[in-house]
Amino acid sequence: MPDFEDEEKWLAEGIAGIQQNAFYMHRALDSNNLREALKYSALMLSELRTSRLSPHKYYELYMRAFDELRKLEMFFKDESKHGCSVVDLYELVQHAGNILPRLYLLCTVGSVYIKSKEAPAKDVLKDLVEMCRGVQHPTRGLFLRSYLAQISRDKLPDIGSEYEGGEDTVMDAVEFVLQNFTEMNKLWVRIQQQGPVRDREKREKERKALRDLVGKNLHVLSQIEGVDLEMYKDTVLPRVLEQVVNCKDELAQYYLMDCIIQVFPDEYHLQTLEPLLAAFPQLQPTVDIKTVLSQLMDRLSNYAASSTDVFPEFLQVEAFAKLSGAIGKVIEAQVDMPIVGAITLYVSLLTFTLRVHPERLDYVDQVLGACVKKLSGKVKLEDSRATKQVVALLSAPLDKYKDAVTALTLSNYPRVMDHLDMETNIAMAMVIIQSILNNNTCISTADKVETLFELIKGLIKDLEGTSNDEIDEEDFKEEQNSVARLIHMLHNDDPEEMLKIINTVRMHILTGGPRRLPFTIPALVFSALKLVRQLQSQDGDVIGEEVPATPKKIFQLLNQTIEALSSVSSPELALRLYLQCAEAANDCDLEPVAYEFFTQAFILYEEEVSDSKAQFTAIHMIIGTLQRMNVFGVENRDTLTHKATGYSAKLLKKPDQCRAVYACSHLFWVDDQDGIKDGERVLLCLKRSLRIANAAQQMANATRGSSGPVTLFVEILNKYLYFFEKGNPQITTAAIQSLVELIKTEMQSDTTTLDPASDAFFTSTLRYIQFQKQKGGAIGEKYEPIKVMFTQKKQS
Amino acid sequence: MVLVLALGDLHIPHRAPDLPAKFKSMLVPGKIQHILCTGNLCIKEVHDYLKTICPDLHITRGEYDEETRYPETKIITIGQFKLGVCHGHQVIPWGDLDSLAMLQRQLGVDILVTGHTHQFTAYKHEGGVVINPGSATGAYSSITYDVNPSFVLMDIDGLRIVVYVYELIDGEVKVDKIDFKKTATTTQASH
Repeated sequence: MPDFEDEEKWLAEGIAGIQQNAFYMHRALDSNNLREALKYSALMLSELRTSRLSPHKYYELYMRAFDELRKLEMFFKDESKHGCSVVDLYELVQHAGNILPRLYLLCTVGSVYIKSKEAPAKDVLKDLVEMCRGVQHPTRGLFLRSYLAQISRDKLPDIGSEYEGGEDTVMDAVEFVLQNFTEMNKLWVRIQQQGPVRDREKREKERKALRDLVGKNLHVLSQIEGVDLEMYKDTVLPRVLEQVVNCKDELAQYYLMDCIIQVFPDEYHLQTLEPLLAAFPQLQPTVDIKTVLSQLMDRLSNYAASSTDVFPEFLQVEAFAKLSGAIGKVIEAQVDMPIVGAITLYVSLLTFTLRVHPERLDYVDQVLGACVKKLSGKVKLEDSRATKQVVALLSAPLDKYKDAVTALTLSNYPRVMDHLDMETNIAMAMVIIQSILNNNTCISTADKVETLFELIKGLIKDLEGTSNDEIDEEDFKEEQNSVARLIHMLHNDDPEEMLKIINTVRMHILTGGPRRLPFTIPALVFSALKLVRQLQSQDGDVIGEEVPATPKKIFQLLNQTIEALSSVSSPELALRLYLQCAEAANDCDLEPVAYEFFTQAFILYEEEVSDSKAQFTAIHMIIGTLQRMNVFGVENRDTLTHKATGYSAKLLKKPDQCRAVYACSHLFWVDDQDGIKDGERVLLCLKRSLRIANAAQQMANATRGSSGPVTLFVEILNKYLYFFEKGNPQITTAAIQSLVELIKTEMQSDTTTLDPASDAFFTSTLRYIQFQKQKGGAIGEKYEPIKVMFTQKKQS
Repeated sequence: MVLVLALGDLHIPHRAPDLPAKFKSMLVPGKIQHILCTGNLCIKEVHDYLKTICPDLHITRGEYDEETRYPETKIITIGQFKLGVCHGHQVIPWGDLDSLAMLQRQLGVDILVTGHTHQFTAYKHEGGVVINPGSATGAYSSITYDVNPSFVLMDIDGLRIVVYVYELIDGEVKVDKIDFKKTATTTQASH
């Protein structure tokens, strides 16, 4: 195996050979010695007969020779120097011994010949291109023909060129280039068959190095002015495609198809879609067609975007139908194409469609449908690259339309999603939700909501085949919270439709199972409560029970929905939601409904809420809500307040009891006009909480040997002041005064723990009393009897 | 000049999908020195988001918060001011200013930041100032109808505090401001 060093050596020898003979050649040129010039130039060119160099090295050698041949050409051109007519010269050089040097010289003279115009360009070109057939060695032949191409470039009979006219036409130029191209491709392909199988990789490397020599011909064709659309369609493309298909070589086919697409204008491609696409199924099965087709579609997409005049053309040539048909044929023909290849093709087609025909949702759906067909052989996709492509396919319409609603109208969209494995399906569902949230999309009909929830069903419930072990807690939470957020994007101002939406959502989320309900039900509940509020203000139009959407019906729905929550161990959440509903029912003047909700809340409190901290908060929620109720008649109200105060007094810790009980005092005093103002029961509550505070103090005394802080007493004092100001006749200045004294005594007692916070609290309370006294007027009078003295703090 | 953001009752995802986009674009990281949050975020994602706006984040527990270990109340000293935070569902009657004044006396703070009603208020009484930044997402409330999204930005400068309230009304952000000055024992208001 020749190694790098050997090649370097041979190259150096070759270069040396060229330089040496060039030296003598120059001497001959200077002395106008044609014979010597020919002799030494032939010797020089013999170096190019080597078969030992790789293409890159050969190229270096070739370039040296090329430069020298330019000087020779200048000599040939000047007949006065050598005295030989160009016609004679043309004949003379054919006497060179070996064929390769002979043909290089012939081409060089040929260049001069054409320039002289002593013969039609086409005749010389034809002769040269056929003579070159004499060299069949791939590398040598390719460089030779490349030389021919180089020197003939500026002498082609193109329109407007000096070589056109008379017998010479553009057609001749095209013929010449096509023939050279065809021969070069044949040589290039032949490299693949040379040598042993094990060197295949090396050969492919060599071929890659040489490919631009072949491709250059196509470039030249594209540059010929005379090659208009018609000539391209009638002559150039068919001939090139013929060679591409017939050479049956994977490397060549891929490279040349790509070349055609890159080199010729997009306008031409659009007009020759049929023949161009027809070639694809005829290519070798291993050719990476999807990449080439994608390139084509990308170029056409960009072309479409370049100007609005271009659009009608796309419709006129039925570009979409042709591309879509071609892809179908390719996929059919290449049975061994891996699924990822097919999907990638559809992704490119979809990208094209979205760019060129975005308003044609039927086209978009068609592409998805074709994809579904391809996928239906398999059950679920397991190839991760194919999966990625499917996700790209599904994301493209979302990105383009920025409006998930449009994606919902594509009938094949859910069918494609069904083929994703569970994990990817969920990921895709999240993409859809994100799209809706980010674009602030509103989904406004129950039908669309139904479609949407079908699409994201992987998030909504456990589908078959899922096992709970694989689920990541954090991910699960994020997913369910996303579903909750989504629920707020589903809205219609029409109450009937909105109720349908709510029912649809409810139906779906109730299939979610215990792990999902705590996330999804609250969002649905509040969505429903918003509808209730909307209906409240539309009260006037309601005619009896015929109208489906009434607050009562919604509350019924809510009751059943929250019930589902309480049975999956979220009692505290359910309790809060019941109370929300109670308040809403209150605002709708539905006393029995509100009462029922309170009953449910109390049941949960009694049976399910056991943690003392949770109980404390829960009872406060109940008291706070109850305090605001104005719909209850005396009996109902009494029952509920009795329960509330009862539970308050039974809390586990005495300080908690104390606070809950004085909170209950507010149940008997509501500041509105018609609000209850039962001064006696208020006082009873406050006194009861005082007793509890006392008991707490004594307990602390007994267990710790010192009383707890006096905070509770100060809080109760503040409550006394509150009701005193509101005008509760049962609260006397005497009562307040004695409470003030009590606190002072407690603070000064030996056994009381020092607590700067409660001291400060007491002080600021006293300051408040002082402030009120100093206000003057009615309030000042009211407060007047209360004596406030800022006593010394006790020394410790 | 110390900027303090006060907000709360976002109720994400129970009652709202997200903060309004216009608010999000205003709440740029690095501009705010402290955040006081009254609670009811309700989920960790919101907590993390707030932390990106400003790492000095103080949150009190709302009754719907996923994190049950937030404190019931919090007291922070910023410059010359003592600020207290409490969600407010603990203070009955809900939204009652006199009862809130009691809490303020108990905490011994100049400014009490509280929520729960989803209604913006800035109220001065004998013992100090009570500020309710409302609901930053305009979430449904059983107490307040037609809630507009709102939040508060306090500029604390020496003995002076300027309260800016940002409200999203019909898609536009409207700003209003209130001045408070602290004297030796009390805080005075001017509009």
